Amino acid sequence: MSKLEQRELIIIGGGSAGLAAAIQAYDEGVRDILILERDEFLGGILNQCIHNGFGLHEFKEQLSGPEYAERFINRLKERHIDYRLKAMVIAVTRDKIVSYTCEEDGYVQVQANAIVLATGCYERSAGAIAIPGDRPVGVITAGQAQHYLNIDGYLVGKKVFILGSGDIGLIMARRMVLEGAKVLGVAEIMPYSNGLNRNIVQCLIDFDIPLFLSHSVSRIVGKEKLEKIIISQVDANFNFIAGTEKEFEVDTLLLSIGLIPNNYLLDNIGVIPSKTRGAVVNEHLETMIGGVFSCGNVLHVHDLVDFVSEEGRLAGHSAALYLAGKLKKSGNYLKTIPLNGISYIVPQYVNIDNIEDKVALKFRPVKPLKDIWLITKIDGVVVKKQFKPYLIPSEMVDVSLDKALFHSGNQELTLETEAKV
Amino acid sequence: MDDILIIGAGVTGCFIARELSRYMTKVVVLDKENDVGNYSSMANSAIVHSGYDPESGSLKALLNVQGNAMYDRVCKELDVTFQRIGSLTVAVFDEQLPLLQELVKRAAINGVEVKLLSADEVKAMEPNVVDTVKGALYAPSAGVIDPFELCVHLMENAMDNGAKLYLNEEVVEIRSFGELYEVRTKKNTYYAKYVINAAGVQADFISQTVAPKTFSIAPRKGEYYVLDYTQTPLVNHVVFPLPSVLGKGILVTPTYGGNYLVGPSSAIIDDKTDLSTDVMTMNEVKKSASQLIKNIPWNKVIRAFSGLRATPSTHDFIIEEAAPNFINVAGIESPGLASSPAIAKKVVEEFIAKKIKLIPNPNFNPLVRPYHRFKETSEEAWHQLISKDKRYARMVCRCETVSEGEIRDLLNRNCAPHSIKGVKKRVRAGFGRCQGGFCAPNVLAILADHYHIKVTEVPYDEPGTNILKQPTKEVGE
Repeated sequence: MSKLEQRELIIIGGGSAGLAAAIQAYDEGVRDILILERDEFLGGILNQCIHNGFGLHEFKEQLSGPEYAERFINRLKERHIDYRLKAMVIAVTRDKIVSYTCEEDGYVQVQANAIVLATGCYERSAGAIAIPGDRPVGVITAGQAQHYLNIDGYLVGKKVFILGSGDIGLIMARRMVLEGAKVLGVAEIMPYSNGLNRNIVQCLIDFDIPLFLSHSVSRIVGKEKLEKIIISQVDANFNFIAGTEKEFEVDTLLLSIGLIPNNYLLDNIGVIPSKTRGAVVNEHLETMIGGVFSCGNVLHVHDLVDFVSEEGRLAGHSAALYLAGKLKKSGNYLKTIPLNGISYIVPQYVNIDNIEDKVALKFRPVKPLKDIWLITKIDGVVVKKQFKPYLIPSEMVDVSLDKALFHSGNQELTLETEAKV
Repeated sequence: MDDILIIGAGVTGCFIARELSRYMTKVVVLDKENDVGNYSSMANSAIVHSGYDPESGSLKALLNVQGNAMYDRVCKELDVTFQRIGSLTVAVFDEQLPLLQELVKRAAINGVEVKLLSADEVKAMEPNVVDTVKGALYAPSAGVIDPFELCVHLMENAMDNGAKLYLNEEVVEIRSFGELYEVRTKKNTYYAKYVINAAGVQADFISQTVAPKTFSIAPRKGEYYVLDYTQTPLVNHVVFPLPSVLGKGILVTPTYGGNYLVGPSSAIIDDKTDLSTDVMTMNEVKKSASQLIKNIPWNKVIRAFSGLRATPSTHDFIIEEAAPNFINVAGIESPGLASSPAIAKKVVEEFIAKKIKLIPNPNFNPLVRPYHRFKETSEEAWHQLISKDKRYARMVCRCETVSEGEIRDLLNRNCAPHSIKGVKKRVRAGFGRCQGGFCAPNVLAILADHYHIKVTEVPYDEPGTNILKQPTKEVGE
């Protein structure tokens, strides 16, 4: 086999994270960049998000998904950054060899000096939660229905029920109503919604769509086509409570039951994933494989694209530092540990020697919390204590810590909540 | 008029059709579904059993062992994924050890090579077996197979050699006119000299259209979980508990594709179309499997499904001439998949050959046209393929890495798929962790393009099961 083609930086995924990473790396001096995108367009999932509400942080205005993507794509094109469409990455190796297929290049392997993984996430399917009952056509993930509706221009049904109150489900509830479908309700297994508050208001309440909390679908009925669904209330252990059944005659059940990082490239080479099912990373978003960075929804699922772009920029910046030899490989590592009330923290490690001026920790609470102290400790000593009127799992939160708080030899950082008495 | 008409294109019907296509006979196959292998043959444990389990002297025992031995050749000829990974039947209590001894004896009578393993040997072969393991029966000839691919490639090869297949043809009535049978479906009427009833759970109904009732078929439901690939193997062999009156019990096995199958439950039901799953049973499946294998990653479940076994009232396979020139091949429940090549041979040699002079088809080709599979092809070879046809570069399914070229190839073969599920069954697009989230729109578009139909006319499975219902409103509507 001929000598492998070399690239400075390969970015896997041309959605919001990958675009931001590429632009940032370019602006910090990296010139030899290749973006590999599996779809026909750059922009990733933004292309099917035709509702507005994107960009409030990034551009201080409300844009639709395609508009938001377009701004980044324009910046990319101004910089003449190289990309391939309909290009599927098959594998990456620990030596940073990327193999991919695309029409232009065929099936090739390229040696990268650095890699940014920005492959987004996928939807949890009906199969993953094994909904009881039949398996007819008409049960479909909300994102797939959104693709059919907004990209292809077709409705998947006229009488709809939605399982899960994730944002895509909420947005599709409104979207389907606007297209003339009837949306009979949304069931959420948790006692609280998993979507952003603004989506509950703008997509359900404004359209008189009932939200059934602590409910799930206990039976799907319909041999070939969906005929009806039965929902039941669940107890604290998520078991169905007999006698609470409600029946809905529908032709479509949309599922918005969670998003899972599409981390297969690292999973396939035996990199142990974190609690988020994304990679374990340090403060520069570098994974356990030196020079491989992860950002956006493949690292942990975000609520807002603006924060994905921000994380993409950090990954692009980090890759540029790495390629310039400015990231120390060894160093003093500190572990971040989520304690009472905290579900996860990204990053899981901090290389104290590489901290620039701040470290941003991103996390979610395990359940909705009110009037609490959010306490950050390093090696048992409180370094930050913030009052939070509320924390909810559907809103990612960050804590920013100054470099001055970290000292060589620190072992662990903990984040916990404490009720304000 | 056709010589031989086969009702049912499950694995038995497909094997018989292919076996008959070796000869100069006109063979037609009818199935009520929109695809071959679309019922019991599609939803089972996908295991070619070794044959130690069936009662010695039964047709099940005889044909299982014979059939098992035939699989290497047929899978090679037809390019079907088959791996003899062996099975372990595991005792987890001391009281079960005598039962293992009984199975060893039965295996010897049935003619199956087995070996009794100590607890330590089992642990070495299956690190995730429960700590209480006491020993196991190892049967190296058991294997895992792709049952969808098997049915499709059998029928493709039968059709390449002259057999005809008519789908969506549900038989409602059969009448005998002297030398002839008139077989009426909901849509058409067919005539044949010989009828082979391989109608699975409906075989009792079909038989009774022309013969007295001598047996009935009860649908026995089995519910399963499919688990995603794991970083380290969950199990390496087909792992069974000890068999009971309910069957072989809830097993944990790698599939032919490398992910895992856990199940099946076992319950006789009334409705032959009920493929639903229910909470209690599925919890029971989890509980039973956990008594066999520890650390099952239930968060890796990607699918739950159920299938119906065609359980005969006679407790053994029914292979008989029920009326003149009308042959029942009924009650082919487990180990039906393993037995089916031998069943087909028996039907042709012991029944058909005695009625018709079977003249070998001089043009019979036992091989299917080679399939290109990304997963099994070297990078260099795939690169070459792309240089000839760019569609092999376009990956339609990420989870299972399936290219558009592979799907287009299917559409230009005999026994081509007509539905999204048909594509899924053939090349695994949609079988992975995202369950079609990424590939279904692509597959749908390819089918619409190939068959020159609207995207709203592409079925998921049966005709009329279209995913897309109508175009969205136009501007100004």
